[in-house]
Amino acid sequence: MQVHTVFGSLADYTKGSIELVSGEARHYVFSNIFEVAATSKPYERIVVGKNMEYVQEVMRAEGVSPWFACGHDEFALCMDGEITVDFIKMKDPPDAEKNGAVLLGEAPEGPRMGHVKLRRGHQVLLAAGNAYRFTADRTGVLLQQTVLGELSVQKWREICLL
Amino acid sequence: MSVALPKVAASEPSNRIGYRSFRLGKFELSRDEYFVTVHWPAKGARRSHQLPADAFLRACMRDVAWNFFYGWVNFDHVIGTRNHYGKVDFYAGTFNGTLKAAGVDYLEQFDSEHIMATFKAMLRDWVNEGFDPFAAPVETGSAFGPKQGDNLGAIERTRIATRRMPGLPGDSPLRDDMAINRAFADVPQDEPEIHAEPGFEGQLHAFSLFKYLSRSDVTWNPSVTAVCKASLACPTTEEYILPVFHGNDRVEWFIQLSDEIVWDVADKNTGAPRARVTMKAGDVAAMPADIRHQGYSTKRSMLYVWENVTPGLPQRYESGELPPYPVEF
Repeated sequence: MQVHTVFGSLADYTKGSIELVSGEARHYVFSNIFEVAATSKPYERIVVGKNMEYVQEVMRAEGVSPWFACGHDEFALCMDGEITVDFIKMKDPPDAEKNGAVLLGEAPEGPRMGHVKLRRGHQVLLAAGNAYRFTADRTGVLLQQTVLGELSVQKWREICLL
Repeated sequence: MSVALPKVAASEPSNRIGYRSFRLGKFELSRDEYFVTVHWPAKGARRSHQLPADAFLRACMRDVAWNFFYGWVNFDHVIGTRNHYGKVDFYAGTFNGTLKAAGVDYLEQFDSEHIMATFKAMLRDWVNEGFDPFAAPVETGSAFGPKQGDNLGAIERTRIATRRMPGLPGDSPLRDDMAINRAFADVPQDEPEIHAEPGFEGQLHAFSLFKYLSRSDVTWNPSVTAVCKASLACPTTEEYILPVFHGNDRVEWFIQLSDEIVWDVADKNTGAPRARVTMKAGDVAAMPADIRHQGYSTKRSMLYVWENVTPGLPQRYESGELPPYPVEF
């Protein structure tokens, strides 16, 4: 029998649904990664999951991002497209106690470490203290496991089933 | 030095069908060709409940593999366990609204080591040769019939702990030597390209999570693939039915990576239905801290389970300090 595994993409996704018996749909904080990316600005970090201070952020990967860095490990999962991640070993990394990614903008001081090319389903370690930058020649989608920070954008009423 | 092992109360094998029976406090558990039967005392009488042997063994296997997991592991609508992290409740009817109201429920608390030893002994005796309680039904033999051999290799799989991310030096291994599951035969097997500058070899790390998941030989059994402080990514592959109704002692999140799962959601304490949540590829949903849930996946699917293991969370949710819903909007 022919196997067909369904992965979503910006071009082809279907959002699920909730059949309520009691309570409210918003209690399930239900959104769709591709729908969120489709309606966001490039590299805007939209929170789609929040468990106290911990978050899952969706980014629309389009063109070249600014440089980011973080004082703790983060993990990015490519959900659509082909995305290159460049790394710099920072001379002055963010404080390890600071939560979430910070915006560096221009390339920080430090040696180039190399780059990683991601396709759908690939996960990359964004290690604490290394600056990183994304490049996507065609629009893609990233899911990033991190901690709520100054760049995190929460717009739950716009993205969730109500 | 001698070590005191928890004592398992087991009968001699039955002359008729070959299985042992077990006692756990005042609970009595036995199995026959088709069913597991549980007895307990309540209201001055001996009460009983039966469930299919395959369903019991699949649930018991998860409870053992997950070390009683986070909160409640309901084997069905009557029996289950609640984890107090060091102590574990085994109950019958306590979290069934009707049985609880009728006063025919019973709960007894045990040291984790004691109930774990008893559950492992049941699995060793009750899982027959050819039946793998971790496998999807179409990928394994029958659980039914009189005792016929055992399947220790299937029930004693080593649980692999990940400290940061699989594939890093000294961390958990990737699954390159495992077979691609039949249901994921079309999943690309390419890995990320890592181009390190001289002097930085081994300092950049990436892997294909979808390839890794396509090679899982078990269902409904999360593995940690990323650790961000107390935030754990625990993806898993799902087919058929989650063998337990998991009752949450904290908020849990699901991200559907592929295909579709339908979740039945019910009240944690009574089992009264609350919702059916259909998740398709790319969907994200929270399971609140006051519910139980059970999933159904026809096509084997990839599910990213996301857990928060901050110490003390069960007490903070139970006391009302934290609301059961993760976000107010």
